[in-house]
Amino acid sequence: MPAVSKGDGMRGLAVFISDIRNCKSKEAEIKRINKELANIRSKFKGDKALDGYSKKKYVCKLLFIFLLGHDIDFGHMEAVNLLSSNKYTEKQIGYLFISVLVNSNSDLISLINNAIKNDLSSRNPTFMNLALHCIANVGSREMAEAFAAEVPRILVAGDTMDSVKQSAALCLLRLNRTSPDLVLMGEWTARVVHLLNDQHLGVVTAATSLITTLAQKSPEDFKTSVSLAVARLSRIVSSGSTDLQDYTYYFVAAPWLSVKLLRLLQCYPPPEDGAIRGRLTECLETILNKAQEPPKSKKVQHSNAKNAVLFEAISLIIHHDSEPTLLVRACNQLGQFLQHRETNLRYLALESMCTLASSEFSHEAVKTHIETVINALKSERDVSVRQRAVDLLYAMCDRSNAKQIVAEMLSYLETADYSIREEIVLKVAILAEKYAVDYTWYVDTILNLIRFAGDYVSDEVWYRVIQIVINRDEVQGYAAKTVFEALQAPACHENLVKVGGYILGEFGNLIAGDSRSSPLIQFDLLHSKFHLCSVPTRALLLSAYIKFINLFPEVKGTIQEVLRSDSQLRNADVELQQRAVEYLRLSCIASTDILATVLEEMPPFPERESSILAKLKRKKGPGNLHPDLDENRKERSANGGTADHSSTTSNAKVAASPTPSTDLLGLGSTITTQNSAPPASKGTSLLVDVFSENIAAFPVETPVAVGPVADENFSRFVCKNNGVLYENQLLQIGLKSEFRQNLGRMYVFFGNKTSTQFMNFAASVVCQDTLQAQLNVHAKPADPTVDGGAQLQQILNIECMSDFVDAPVLNIQFRYGGTLQNIAVKLPITLNKFFQPTEMTSQDFFQRWKQLGAPQQEVQKIFKAKHSMDTEVTKAKIMGFGAALLDGVDPNPSNFVGAGVIHTKTTQVGCLLRLEPNTQAQMYRLTLRTSRDTVSQRLCDLLSEQF
Amino acid sequence: MRFLLLFSRQGKLRLQKWFTPVTEREKKKVIREMTLMVLARPPRSSNFLHWRDLKIVYKRYASLYFCCGLEDQDNELLTLEVLHRYVELLDKYFGNVCELDIIFNFEKAYFILDEFLMGGEILETSKTAVGIAMEEAETLQETMEEYMSKPTY
Repeated sequence: MPAVSKGDGMRGLAVFISDIRNCKSKEAEIKRINKELANIRSKFKGDKALDGYSKKKYVCKLLFIFLLGHDIDFGHMEAVNLLSSNKYTEKQIGYLFISVLVNSNSDLISLINNAIKNDLSSRNPTFMNLALHCIANVGSREMAEAFAAEVPRILVAGDTMDSVKQSAALCLLRLNRTSPDLVLMGEWTARVVHLLNDQHLGVVTAATSLITTLAQKSPEDFKTSVSLAVARLSRIVSSGSTDLQDYTYYFVAAPWLSVKLLRLLQCYPPPEDGAIRGRLTECLETILNKAQEPPKSKKVQHSNAKNAVLFEAISLIIHHDSEPTLLVRACNQLGQFLQHRETNLRYLALESMCTLASSEFSHEAVKTHIETVINALKSERDVSVRQRAVDLLYAMCDRSNAKQIVAEMLSYLETADYSIREEIVLKVAILAEKYAVDYTWYVDTILNLIRFAGDYVSDEVWYRVIQIVINRDEVQGYAAKTVFEALQAPACHENLVKVGGYILGEFGNLIAGDSRSSPLIQFDLLHSKFHLCSVPTRALLLSAYIKFINLFPEVKGTIQEVLRSDSQLRNADVELQQRAVEYLRLSCIASTDILATVLEEMPPFPERESSILAKLKRKKGPGNLHPDLDENRKERSANGGTADHSSTTSNAKVAASPTPSTDLLGLGSTITTQNSAPPASKGTSLLVDVFSENIAAFPVETPVAVGPVADENFSRFVCKNNGVLYENQLLQIGLKSEFRQNLGRMYVFFGNKTSTQFMNFAASVVCQDTLQAQLNVHAKPADPTVDGGAQLQQILNIECMSDFVDAPVLNIQFRYGGTLQNIAVKLPITLNKFFQPTEMTSQDFFQRWKQLGAPQQEVQKIFKAKHSMDTEVTKAKIMGFGAALLDGVDPNPSNFVGAGVIHTKTTQVGCLLRLEPNTQAQMYRLTLRTSRDTVSQRLCDLLSEQF
Repeated sequence: MRFLLLFSRQGKLRLQKWFTPVTEREKKKVIREMTLMVLARPPRSSNFLHWRDLKIVYKRYASLYFCCGLEDQDNELLTLEVLHRYVELLDKYFGNVCELDIIFNFEKAYFILDEFLMGGEILETSKTAVGIAMEEAETLQETMEEYMSKPTY
């Protein structure tokens, strides 16, 4: 047992710790702990009142046991008692226990708050600091509620000691992080800004941290801090290396404060005032100059502190992105670091350059370092440095160097660490697609990906290559030839078999003229892989076979034989069996014409954005800022005006709001467009069937079910198109929509009601189950951030394919103050929106009314009036519903009749309606007659809810 | 800064400080992943890592690893110096600090940290100021003798 015990040795505690350390086994340790717990329990429960010292000792022991990783379920009360002790050490241990062990929902919280309150008002700085520390350490909502008003008062009070000011500033910062809504700006804000002028550098440092956090929340309130921060920074930068005494760290003047000031300035654009701006530029130049001076000390602490300031200055330069000379200097400086012997500096240089690559002023300068970066990829011993090199190559890639970068990444892939292979695969796939000038290069690249790292090629990647090949005639023959050759390899990855099967099934005919790749050879080649593959791949191959029957009648017999074999027709897997049976039957009974129609080449996929990007972002985990940086870059480059960059802007943005059907092949829409194809038993067409396995095996993209779907305001939108759909404390959603025939457009307005930015904002529309085929809703990408008080607009394009009942769901996700918010709202897209009013005479009306007399065509409902039975309101509602209101048609003038046509892509449905009010009974009778029973029913349900 | 962990070369946790609310379960997970990841790093690697959405900065002092999780906007190099400053403060208090000091006086290690960091931000960068704060606290404490006369259990 070491003798170290300053001040207040607790011998019992030291003995106990020493005992634990002497335990030879885990069991012995647990035994010893249980013995101790029993002892402490009995002491706490005993009749004899414990003195403060004993209480402190036992509480400390419990804390030790807890920190060893054991559960502690008692002692909290004793710890709370210690808080009110007058002895500093007892109070201190009490607070320590509370801050480590008390979680926010503890029922002791009011007792604790009480003790804190006493200490805060004690005017004893040491006690006040303990209390402030406790608030910051626990940081729960209850504490924020209790103290969010008190702490700012302490902070700006004239007579508060410096050390308490420091604690109060950081305590407030902490409360603001967890409960920003409780920290209210007020008269104290201006005084906080002036703490930047304080004599005491410790106070300035703490205040700068606080102001930075608050400025992110409400920049306007703290705008005046910019000039003060620049002045302060300027004084530090120009001071001698020992001027600041204690605040000089290894010959660097106040590195912490400098970094914090530079960070604060990154909350704002470059200062508008020329003088301040000039002074700041001077500071930044001085910092850059200092990097070239010989070091004042050989200690690593000196260079770390100095370079920390330098890197923060470079961050600010990049953030301002306005001074070309500074940007280029920053880039040169980072270039030096790229070759530095310190691994840390190489790492950070690669990381910073990633963001520098986003500036139009320095993008070219960054590119000049490509050889160094490639070299880093090859020779760095540290995997995390290599990973930064991959990131930088990705960031600096453009049309001019894409081939080189993709080639280097591919060759690195063969030896890359397993942990980062998937990410590299995604990056290569994205770059290859984005910068493909000729698509043969793209196809080669993706096939190489599968060859080098097949296991890491996710479904998105191989879906995408197929989508691109199908959409581009010029590459189809090449793709067929290439996959055919690739499949020759004795061992090839299953992903290659998938791509090969799909492409040869579609375009095998393009290479069938060559006797070396005749139909039979192609088939044999594919079939030789069949038994090695998993069920989904086999299912895909079977579909390729039936496509072969259409492409190459000469191999029909061979393929039928394969399908007929027991291993297919009686396969234990129901999907395979079903395919074999259906395909065999199809090939036997269908004429060549029908076969040719059913098995026609896949139509081009609707051009949609790559979901590979989305996948890459997901890999980075939630809250990561790097993808955003990536986006910023593209946005800025797009402003710079280069054509290829602006196209990537939309790419990146879509990925930020993954729609439910971001599957690359656009399965959802294929199903709808192919609806007419006949024979498959499952309701989907054969062509689509090729992918039915993948729909099932595609869990990543389905949006997380998020609590209940809000639909309070849903019915209010049946008869109108504009208004507020949803509102909670944070967010308001407004709608504005217009419809014509079977098309519609909806403007969704997301209003941020708070003063804090929403991060990672994404809204997507989901059409569930059958609705997917009935309604197409395409959400245009929107920004991933919504500033405090700002409104974000998103446009939805809607197409009604056939009549429908359900409503799509709008899923919204964003990050607010550190927590992820999920909101789901039912979107009021209802069948009646696709109504076109039809005017007709009384005679016409009754003639049609009779024609639609079949029992299933009429739906009638008698219901009680929910609102007052006002004639004008009723008229407005029927018109708002979409039908033409026909005056003087019904013999009874108090009845309402309407007529219109529901437009869907596939059909048009004529609709007649009649509403008969009975004011005496406060009842209505509503009758709907349409040519489709489902339409009658749905319209009746919708409209009857409105009166 | 989101958290600070101290663990030994054998992966034994010596100190944990969380600056944002984290569930016990999540804490255990983070501790496990950090020790596994950091202990597996070959010598002379950089002191930085990316993990989930955090930047990890770690440094080894004798038998102890100091490891923190940073948010994107935090400065890695300066965090290395935060760790160094903490070690200096421990050194100053214990006089050539070793792992055992931190084991047997874990509460002191927490108190010193509190004088220096708060809510994940640096509270006081001056070594003298922190030292004075610790000494003031010391003077408030009762004398050794008073305690030694008490029974151990």
